[in-house]
Amino acid sequence: MANFSTSEFKSGLKFMLDGDPCNILENELVKPGKGQAFNRVKFRNLKTGRVNERTFKSGDSVEGADVMEVELEYSYTDGEFWYFMDPVSFEQHAADKTAITDVKNWLKEQYVYTVTQWNGTPLVVTAPNFVNLIVADTDPGLKGDTSGGGGKPATLETGAVVRVPLFIEIGELLRVDTRSGEYVERAKV
Amino acid sequence: MVVNWQPTADINTLKQRAQYLAGLRHFFAERDVLEVETPILSNAAVTAPYMDSFSTDYIPLASTLKQVHYLHTSPEFAMKRLLAANSGAIYQIARVFRNGEQGRLHSPEFTMLEWYRPGLSLKELMDEVNCLVQQVFNLKQVSRLSYRGIFEFYLKINVLTCDFEQIKQCLFERIPSFATDLDLSRDTCLELLMSHVIEPRLAAMNLPVFIYDFPASQAQLAKVKKDEAGNEVADRFELYIAGIEIANGYNELLDSDVLHQRFRDDNKQRLNQAKPEMPIDNNLLAAMKAGMPECSGVALGFDRILMLALNKTDIQSVQSFSLNLA
Repeated sequence: MANFSTSEFKSGLKFMLDGDPCNILENELVKPGKGQAFNRVKFRNLKTGRVNERTFKSGDSVEGADVMEVELEYSYTDGEFWYFMDPVSFEQHAADKTAITDVKNWLKEQYVYTVTQWNGTPLVVTAPNFVNLIVADTDPGLKGDTSGGGGKPATLETGAVVRVPLFIEIGELLRVDTRSGEYVERAKV
Repeated sequence: MVVNWQPTADINTLKQRAQYLAGLRHFFAERDVLEVETPILSNAAVTAPYMDSFSTDYIPLASTLKQVHYLHTSPEFAMKRLLAANSGAIYQIARVFRNGEQGRLHSPEFTMLEWYRPGLSLKELMDEVNCLVQQVFNLKQVSRLSYRGIFEFYLKINVLTCDFEQIKQCLFERIPSFATDLDLSRDTCLELLMSHVIEPRLAAMNLPVFIYDFPASQAQLAKVKKDEAGNEVADRFELYIAGIEIANGYNELLDSDVLHQRFRDDNKQRLNQAKPEMPIDNNLLAAMKAGMPECSGVALGFDRILMLALNKTDIQSVQSFSLNLA
């Protein structure tokens, strides 16, 4: 992988730090009038998801990280790995438990997910902004109440629990925002 | 291909920029300070180890003989020669150039307001800067704190007397984002504590402050004196507003031998960093030898103070075109 000097730093650059792949979020030049220049870098460790900071001497360089984002379709899980398929080549990619932590509640077969791969291995799986999921369990609906005021919890087919309006019933298909984990509307089938 | 030809600053901002420039000229006219212009191109250059000049070639017509010239990083040297020629109080609003510096608060080309006041003490010059900040830019009154005082207040160390190990320890404790194997000088460690620890606090308190009496090792082109505790300090100040370095003022060094030595030390440091030595300004040394009046001087980043006056967060938003669009 190529090396990148601080002069090439910008948000979105993937680089290796202490053995982990990281993604630059912000890069700021720090240089007092006649003093030495540094780059103050805010980054996300793509393995742990944590945001951290590091100050580099201007002119230092880092090793690039072989990180790619690909769009893959979720197929199934065997309990140990979660399998995603490339819709073009039909190639299977196995993601482990850590990689799917954030997306576990929104995994549904045949939906396309953004998979961040490091050296070819899935590192993080990100859900599409909206998914449609079936209500597996909720208290009986109140007929005629379409106000949505109050609401109640509903367990969806993936295990996710979201707050829904009182009129929603078991078996209905709901559109859910995966970023906020909130109910949006009844999905059109 | 879509060409992005639009200015980086909006036109309204540029109108305000023009008004502030007029305000500055009015401020100095009322005080009988003479506006001057000095050459941007020079045979000599600044020697400061961490400042890089642009250079270009002068080629006389019908000649192939190239003469290297440097674009000034501040109009300081030429203005000091005017002072030595008995100009009296002078100011300049100059476009200056610093190679490689680009960021939210840095631009390789920017406007500097620089002025010199023969006969004024550094304290009196700080008073004048304070007036300018309030009258021209409508910013808050500026407080004063010594360099030693501000480090004691925020970091509980006396940076003038403590040993280097203490400073390093403080640096690595306070700034966990550091790789500890960096080879840093004492002054660089202090600068980092300033930029990473003190500046954000000054910003949070929105406290405009003059920091004065710098460590003697950071004297640059200022005189060295003893502070009230008997420690050697550089007789200079910096103005910080909202945690951003805005101006740098000196009780100007007048001894040409000392100045020559500082230039040579700078060049030695440049060689150690594998950077080229810069040609020393012998005209300035000669002018200083002939006699420069006792004098205080200050350089103020116009774009930065304009940013603050107009509540902008990026220097590009007060400049007509940034480098990549120039």
